[in-house]
Amino acid sequence: MTQVDYASTSADSAAPARAGAGAAPKMSARGVNVFYGEKQAIRDVSIDVDMENVTAFIGPSGCGKSTFLRTLNRMNDTVASARVEGRIMLDGEDIYEKSMDVVQLRARVGMVFQKPNPFPKSIYENVAYGPRIHGLARSRSDMDAIVERSLKRAGLWEEVKDRLQDSGTALSGGQQQRLCIARAIAVDPEVILMDEPCSALDPIATAKIEELIHELRGKYAIVIVTHNMQQAARVSQRTAFFHLGTLVEYGETDQIFTAPRQERTKDYITGRYG
Amino acid sequence: MASGHEHTVKAFDEDIKHLRALISQMGGLAEEAIADAMLALSRNDTALAKEVRAKDKAIDAIEAEVEKLAVRVIALRAPMADDLREVVAALKIAAVVERIGDYAKNIAKRVPLVHTPGADRIEAISILPAMAQMASEMVHDVLDAFSARDAEAAIRVVERDNRLDDFYDSIFRTLVTYMVENPRTVSEVAHLLFVAKNIERIGDHATNVAEMVYFAATGNYMAERDTVEVPEA
Repeated sequence: MTQVDYASTSADSAAPARAGAGAAPKMSARGVNVFYGEKQAIRDVSIDVDMENVTAFIGPSGCGKSTFLRTLNRMNDTVASARVEGRIMLDGEDIYEKSMDVVQLRARVGMVFQKPNPFPKSIYENVAYGPRIHGLARSRSDMDAIVERSLKRAGLWEEVKDRLQDSGTALSGGQQQRLCIARAIAVDPEVILMDEPCSALDPIATAKIEELIHELRGKYAIVIVTHNMQQAARVSQRTAFFHLGTLVEYGETDQIFTAPRQERTKDYITGRYG
Repeated sequence: MASGHEHTVKAFDEDIKHLRALISQMGGLAEEAIADAMLALSRNDTALAKEVRAKDKAIDAIEAEVEKLAVRVIALRAPMADDLREVVAALKIAAVVERIGDYAKNIAKRVPLVHTPGADRIEAISILPAMAQMASEMVHDVLDAFSARDAEAAIRVVERDNRLDDFYDSIFRTLVTYMVENPRTVSEVAHLLFVAKNIERIGDHATNVAEMVYFAATGNYMAERDTVEVPEA
């Protein structure tokens, strides 16, 4: 194993939390502050995420992990009172620059939400919608291929290939969530953000999503927010612990769960919080 | 170091406390076994020696209980970080303390073999209890360190092992000299060599436990210390 040098982040450290040596960052945040009106939700967060590792954000409710996740594809733009400071780079390009096309950005940085939210349209249309508006398919057969490939990657193809015209909302919760992942994959993103993707699913559907995350690792940079620490431990290689809007500790998942360096991280993961 | 806070789920704290209590109970029995075995040896008390052998079953029973509880805690509480390290350490320490109990039992078994009826008392026996006392204190202190999650105390136990090894070396030489001078006692004194070796092994086990305690308390491995080669008996 190569020796990984961590700048284990603490509140008083200005150094960014590095994902580890060797892995080039796909996205980098530097000195990010987020405000909702007067209230500051995120304080001076600097972090890198890369393609080779699944990154999990953990922390108690209200710690800012979802808020921070949403800054990575400017989802907070839709909240009128939200204000973001600092720099967030995708391949070195600041995504908050005026020149950045937000629609393009969200194609490159896709998102899967807590509650499966397929469009009230056919399974096929759910997946084809994104590629169509982004002009990714030149012909009907092109589109068929994209839909098939996306559903296959999302591990749903075998279950739906004979009923692509059925409504997406007729699927089970777990299938709907995988449909949403297929929809995100269809536009060929580079990063996939998942905000509690399994919290509305049963253990079997959850296991399928976790297996899927494992398969998608390396093809996309994946960042997952989860309340379920066992899930973070199972699916991620890097874990970031947020508390009161700050990034308390970021490190290899093994290290975070077996020997966390920060007292606050330890108290949280061992169930001594509060 | 122990975390100052309690778990939100109080039953978890109860389980951890119970686990620590079992380990310290086991340690108490092992110390008692060492002390009684040595007493039986010095006094040629075969009844006491027999008792030591019988009581070893109690240590085995607690080991089984520790294993059951540790598995249950892992299954039901999914311990993390220092809790996880402590539960794993408890499992391993229980196995080591059981071994320590076996060494005491082995010493007790040798009591009738060291004392041949009609033969003179072997004076060399008198130097062994002090060595056993030293090993027993290491066991005691390392288990206290475990209960307190005290890494510093664990290091101090490791440091004492060299002295125990030196003690063993000197006893080894004394016993060999004794055999040379009293050839008729070779068979009896050979058993004493094994007794000394058993005590030396108890110290090694205490040292291993200290390393486990250090890891449980800090999440880091204790730096490799210089080990002194001990001649094999």
